Amino acid sequence: MYAFEFTRPKTVAEAVAALAGEDAQALGGGQTLIPTLKQRLASPGMLVSLAGIAAMRGVSVAGGTLTVGGGTTHAAVARGAAAAFPALAALAGRIGDPAVRNRGTIGGSLANNDPSACYPAAVLAAGASVVTDRREIAADDFFRGMFATALEAGEIITAVRFPVPQRAAYAKFVQPASRFALVGVFVAKSAAGVRVAVTGASEGGVFRWTQAEAALAADFRPEAVRGLRAAAAGMIGDLHGSPEYRAHLVGVMTARAVAAA
Amino acid sequence: MPKDSGIGASIKRREDVRFLTGRGRYTDDINLRGQAHVAFLRSNVAHGRLRGVDTAAAAAMPGVVRIFTGEDFAAVGGLPCGWQVTGRDGQVMKEPKHPVLAHGKVRHVGDPIAAVVAETYEQARDAAEAIAVDIESLPAVVDMAAALAPGSALVHDDLGTNLCYDWGFIEDSKAAVAAAIAAAHHVTTLDLVNNRLIPNAMEPRVAVGDYNSASGESTLYTTSQNPHVIRLLMGAFVLGIPEHKLRVVAPDVGGGFGSKIFHYAEEALCTFAARALNRPVKWTAQRSESFVTDAHGRDHVTRIELALDRDGHFLAIRTSTLANMGAYLSTFAPSVPTYLHGTLMAGNYKTPHIYVNVKAVFTNTVPVDAYRGAGRPEATFQLERVIDKAAREMGIDPVEIRRRNFVDAFPYQTPVAVAYDTGNYHATMDKLVTIADLAGFEKRRAASAAKGLLRGLGLNCYIEACGIAPSHLVGQLGARAGLYESATVRVNATGGIVVMTGSHSHGQGHETTFAQVIADMIGIPEAQVEIVHGDTANAPMGMGTYGSRSLAVGGSAMVRAANKIISKARKIAAHLMEAAEGDIELKDGKFRVAGTDKSVDWGAVCLAAYVPHNYPLAELEPGLEETAFYDPANFTFPAGAYACEVEVDPETGRVTIDRFAAADDFGNIVNPMVVDGQVHGGIGQGIGQALLERAVYDANGQLLSGTYMDYAMPRADDLPSYVVDHSCATPCTHNPLGVKGCGEAGAIGSPPAVVNAVIDALHRGGHAHVTHIDMPLSPARVWAAMQG
Amino acid sequence: MAKVAMTVNGKAVSGEVEGRTLLVQFLREGLGLTGTHVGCDTSQCGACVVHIDGAAVKACAVFALDAEGASVRTIEGMANADGSLSAIQQAFQDHHALQCGFCTPGMVMSAAALLAENPKPTEREVREYLEGNLCRCTGYHNIVKAIMAASGQEVAIAAE
Repeated sequence: MYAFEFTRPKTVAEAVAALAGEDAQALGGGQTLIPTLKQRLASPGMLVSLAGIAAMRGVSVAGGTLTVGGGTTHAAVARGAAAAFPALAALAGRIGDPAVRNRGTIGGSLANNDPSACYPAAVLAAGASVVTDRREIAADDFFRGMFATALEAGEIITAVRFPVPQRAAYAKFVQPASRFALVGVFVAKSAAGVRVAVTGASEGGVFRWTQAEAALAADFRPEAVRGLRAAAAGMIGDLHGSPEYRAHLVGVMTARAVAAA
Repeated sequence: MPKDSGIGASIKRREDVRFLTGRGRYTDDINLRGQAHVAFLRSNVAHGRLRGVDTAAAAAMPGVVRIFTGEDFAAVGGLPCGWQVTGRDGQVMKEPKHPVLAHGKVRHVGDPIAAVVAETYEQARDAAEAIAVDIESLPAVVDMAAALAPGSALVHDDLGTNLCYDWGFIEDSKAAVAAAIAAAHHVTTLDLVNNRLIPNAMEPRVAVGDYNSASGESTLYTTSQNPHVIRLLMGAFVLGIPEHKLRVVAPDVGGGFGSKIFHYAEEALCTFAARALNRPVKWTAQRSESFVTDAHGRDHVTRIELALDRDGHFLAIRTSTLANMGAYLSTFAPSVPTYLHGTLMAGNYKTPHIYVNVKAVFTNTVPVDAYRGAGRPEATFQLERVIDKAAREMGIDPVEIRRRNFVDAFPYQTPVAVAYDTGNYHATMDKLVTIADLAGFEKRRAASAAKGLLRGLGLNCYIEACGIAPSHLVGQLGARAGLYESATVRVNATGGIVVMTGSHSHGQGHETTFAQVIADMIGIPEAQVEIVHGDTANAPMGMGTYGSRSLAVGGSAMVRAANKIISKARKIAAHLMEAAEGDIELKDGKFRVAGTDKSVDWGAVCLAAYVPHNYPLAELEPGLEETAFYDPANFTFPAGAYACEVEVDPETGRVTIDRFAAADDFGNIVNPMVVDGQVHGGIGQGIGQALLERAVYDANGQLLSGTYMDYAMPRADDLPSYVVDHSCATPCTHNPLGVKGCGEAGAIGSPPAVVNAVIDALHRGGHAHVTHIDMPLSPARVWAAMQG
Repeated sequence: MAKVAMTVNGKAVSGEVEGRTLLVQFLREGLGLTGTHVGCDTSQCGACVVHIDGAAVKACAVFALDAEGASVRTIEGMANADGSLSAIQQAFQDHHALQCGFCTPGMVMSAAALLAENPKPTEREVREYLEGNLCRCTGYHNIVKAIMAASGQEVAIAAE
């Protein structure tokens, strides 16, 4: 790692102020950023750890909305969302491994927007909104392609608000080495309709599979998507799977998510 | 009743206590006063001409002590190769120089260009980044077939070819094999790849060099399976340090699997730098560095043909393999695709005619050398896959076709040079049929089908040659080393024993199991025996641990030394009891005069040896310490039969292993619990090869699977529980313990079982067009195969 | 350099660290607690697992300064007060759940965290919980067996 200064503010305001500094970088749980720093692929002047901000931690439910603090660990979401939003809890409970889940945070995951991360699928499918120190961003506006988001420099995700769907499930097919999603599909059915979000598959990052959404809006059963095929164009091809394989898995995982929802 | 002490008892491991409480002492736990740290600047291109290495700016950076480049090593030797193979035309293999730090050219991603020594590791790394390297990039040689095509870029310009050797085994049998194949009723042909693997011992490699300017002695602490071998190779061939001025210590070592046999550049660099700087110098590999510096394993591309008669009897086998050597010849690399592979091509079967051709190829990749099994998994995989394919083509049950061809009379001289001393392949197959519950397969298959899953059953046999090896034989085959083992048994005055063995334990449990043998021989508690290993300063010249040789060779040396001790102690006892030596019996730690009630304790005899007041000094020296070297008369031949059941998800291609059973014949067993553990671990690695692991280079020679994010290591939930059995024991006929070795069996025997099971599942599931899938059988590959 | 203070295995400790100093470096190099190992640089092998305030974390993926004020437990703090092996440690020895020993500290720490949150796991749950702990020696069979045994359950997995 290159050398950097380190600060651990206690409040969001202190963190925002610290992040205004030159070459400052926010540190969530660090489960992605720290390995990146070890590879010397990033050289921040200062790391601003968000781990000390108590106000950014926790899961709460009110009026059909589940709110997760941006600094809440995956393990805490797996516990805290289990009753109100079991599909989200199950997703959080399968990110990484137990030790990673005890450190990694929802805010950190969303800010990084890894194309194979799980949370973006849940946020996009549930139609959640991302709350920051300065505004609230709708999921449809938040994700801007692989490792890109609507966040401005120094902007901190303080919370994520999920409208709790009537039915939902996440089906993940893991990449054998990293255990990230080779393809992950989150399906959510609510009064407003059905949303299907796919992670792991596309070179553009998480996306909504609108063709499946339409089919499921008419008939929310696995059979409704059996005949559908996602297009292989634009899918990721790597040593773990071709674009065609990923496109095929999108269909399979969507059907499985619907069956589980 | 299970035994509770001595040979045959599942005694708990004494070494566990320190490992379970954080008190192991691994090389990275060693920090010497005043030590400096090393970071290497490594090539990020696979092939290039080094036009300049400018260290001026880097040398001025904070904390930098010294920067070494290839020029600093111009006067010393290169890393030596320990085996010279002679090819078909009588030509010895091409042997390129392997400089400690790259000189002239870089030849693989990870090839070290410079070593920065600084006060801290991060300072060394900062400075390494500041070195200005001018590399003229050259086309990378990655694909083996392309490497041999005319006009290919050359990894080593001075060799004029990328072909290291073209080896035929046995060349004189080539024509007879061709004739037998031409005349056969049926010939089954299979093209396959034995996937390149990265050993991935969990402890990364570490080297700490130290130098004592008062005595002129260098010491190297290193993660090695064979410290004496490193002392000899590095001292004599690289740095020119005589053995008496060089000590090599391999303390607790966190797994090896072959990758820590070899002498590596970093060991020489740290030893050299410590002397040059007169202070300790430490290097610890980052894992991503391990991926591009530890010798890789396997990487064969093979065509095998099996000729059969109308009844499925094997008539002839012909195989042709391209074997990747990587960019340089690692320590034992040339022997792996030849004498550890061709000699095993008979398997468990009576096949009268066999011919093996291997072309070893240089490429711009990390050197390839022995990895758990080393050559024998490659032989077993192709043989057991082609047998399975032949059985399917001819409509013969896979168990039956094997039984029809088993070697069933011993000793058996194979047509590939080796002679099996003993075995009982029908017995291990019978055992497998029982423990794998083959009779229940149909019921399980139906249950899987009800869940929408395709169940398949795969099985195979294996044989391996262990207890490496008779020195006179391997010398004829090109080994530049003897492969004996040594032990010193030191009995203390009060009867306690310290055994200094040339074998090395890096997880095998010698501290416990070797003590069981000695305790059993004398009839004293194991607690009275201590096993010491891993330090050239106190153990006699040993060849180390690999090739499942520790007990068969190292244990035999120890038994010999102990027998010398017992023989001398018997003389002392005879003197003490005023009896004839021939009347003295040793039992339960007491020397008795046969037919009388006279006895003397082990401890009293030991005391007499060191306090020789009443002692036959005219005939016998005082003291009780003996050394023995043991050179095996033959290889040992463990063998067995393995079965695997898989479920394949037809929608995704995902393979799940539901059951795995192994019936092994290891001869006599010292500690069944430890043997079970060795088999479990081998199977885990074999399943890893079959389903998950693969080192992948792109066309530019970049390693795509360079971290655990892309190199799939088997995890607990990838693997099943195993049913293992080693009750079918035909003791080895030529070593004193009757033992054969068990360390590699699991890794050798399991990959074909897994692949055979998947192919079986696909056939039963209506995908009869799928006759082979190359490992690893990832979901993507299985799904693609099903699509046709 | 900055000052950091925490409790490690029940003892108050402090030291001077850089911003980039990882908790595992502070433990190994600062405190000489070399039982916690480093087996990778991508936070996947789990040889460095320790507990922070009771939760299993990878000490190679936590900065020392982020452990300010925390209660850290390492393998050196796992034995019973009298120095004898704890139930989990003893089960590992009894069932030959370790060979080279390098992954073992992380395995024991993960096993302890698992049993703290799920005292009677199924074999499947044990295997899934060990997702972040790589072992290259044992094929995991005996590790799973040891953890099942440490949980006081009959070891029902495949025969000897």
